[in-house]
Amino acid sequence: MHEWALAESVILTVSQIAEKEGLKEVRNVQLRLGELQQVDKKILKFALSQMRSGKLRNAKFTIRTVKAKFMCRSCNHKWFLREVKVKDEIRESIHFIPEVAYAYLRCPKCGSPDFEILRGRGLWIMGIKGVK
Amino acid sequence: MLDPRISIINKRLSNIDKIIVISSGKGGVGKSLIASTLALMLAQKGFKTGLFDLDFTSPTTHVVLGAKNIRPIEDKGIVPPEIHGIKYMSLIFYLGDQVSPLRGTDLSNAFLELLAITRWGNLDFLVIDMPPGISDLMLDVLKYIKKANFLIVTSPSKMAFETVRKLINLLKSLKAPITGVIENMKMDDSTYIKYEVESLGEKFLGEIHFDVKVEYALGNVSNLLETKFARELEIIMLRIK
Repeated sequence: MHEWALAESVILTVSQIAEKEGLKEVRNVQLRLGELQQVDKKILKFALSQMRSGKLRNAKFTIRTVKAKFMCRSCNHKWFLREVKVKDEIRESIHFIPEVAYAYLRCPKCGSPDFEILRGRGLWIMGIKGVK
Repeated sequence: MLDPRISIINKRLSNIDKIIVISSGKGGVGKSLIASTLALMLAQKGFKTGLFDLDFTSPTTHVVLGAKNIRPIEDKGIVPPEIHGIKYMSLIFYLGDQVSPLRGTDLSNAFLELLAITRWGNLDFLVIDMPPGISDLMLDVLKYIKKANFLIVTSPSKMAFETVRKLINLLKSLKAPITGVIENMKMDDSTYIKYEVESLGEKFLGEIHFDVKVEYALGNVSNLLETKFARELEIIMLRIK
């Protein structure tokens, strides 16, 4: 599952930050998860809970999901992922590599493939709280 | 705001002994053909070999390998499928016949995503096929793949070498290791490229003559490895090992 690879990268990054900042223990990690990748939040949380150890052994992970929003560079139309129909096999490809969206999605207004992902892409670490 | 993908890249590449980046800066010089054939020959010699097609907008290594009906396996990330003994990764698995019109930031994002989730495992060699151009992906390789060794391909044309010279100068200024330069599609006995490469203080690895039979061998690796092109590349490969 892709969620495990994402969890692994979060755990590694937070561990490195905790070491660098001299934290004895990490209490809370705030994550922002883009909707575009259709990551299963429950699996991600489970993977994080299974992989946490050392300074992260008691860490809680707060995950906020952000809706995927696009803007057409040709006609400036803005739209949300939820407004367009996407086949399951395409969703699966976007799940692994979100940029595959450019191969399959088009501006619903003018049909252009030249659009921007305004928000809702990827997984980001927004904040880390811990004890020194 | 931190991107967690960055930290994991070194771990994903940690069990790869040598990374060979087939680059040129110029298009149409035979990078994909050389990358694919080199990977095939390394695998045939018993080395654990991977091939990573970084030409996200115009991938073609699957055409050389005749890669059909294979997909990466999902297992705590993605595990590249094996073809002809090579662990193979390309965006083509997710694109099919669709065009992928990506701008610079999107190319970088696709690159980081694939590096972060692809589990190559233990490899003796990872061969990377670069897209043409000295732009986003070249800068990303330089930034994120610390073990990269650059194997540069040029055609005999002064037009191609004009860009190759700039790439060599860039790599030298960044102290990035250059394995050497291959002159591909040679059609006469000109020593222009050899002279220019050696004038820059770099190793001229050898020349590969234009072989009309290569086109007919694309997709059939047995036939490809029997071409004069492959035999000449093999001689060069023995020099760079």
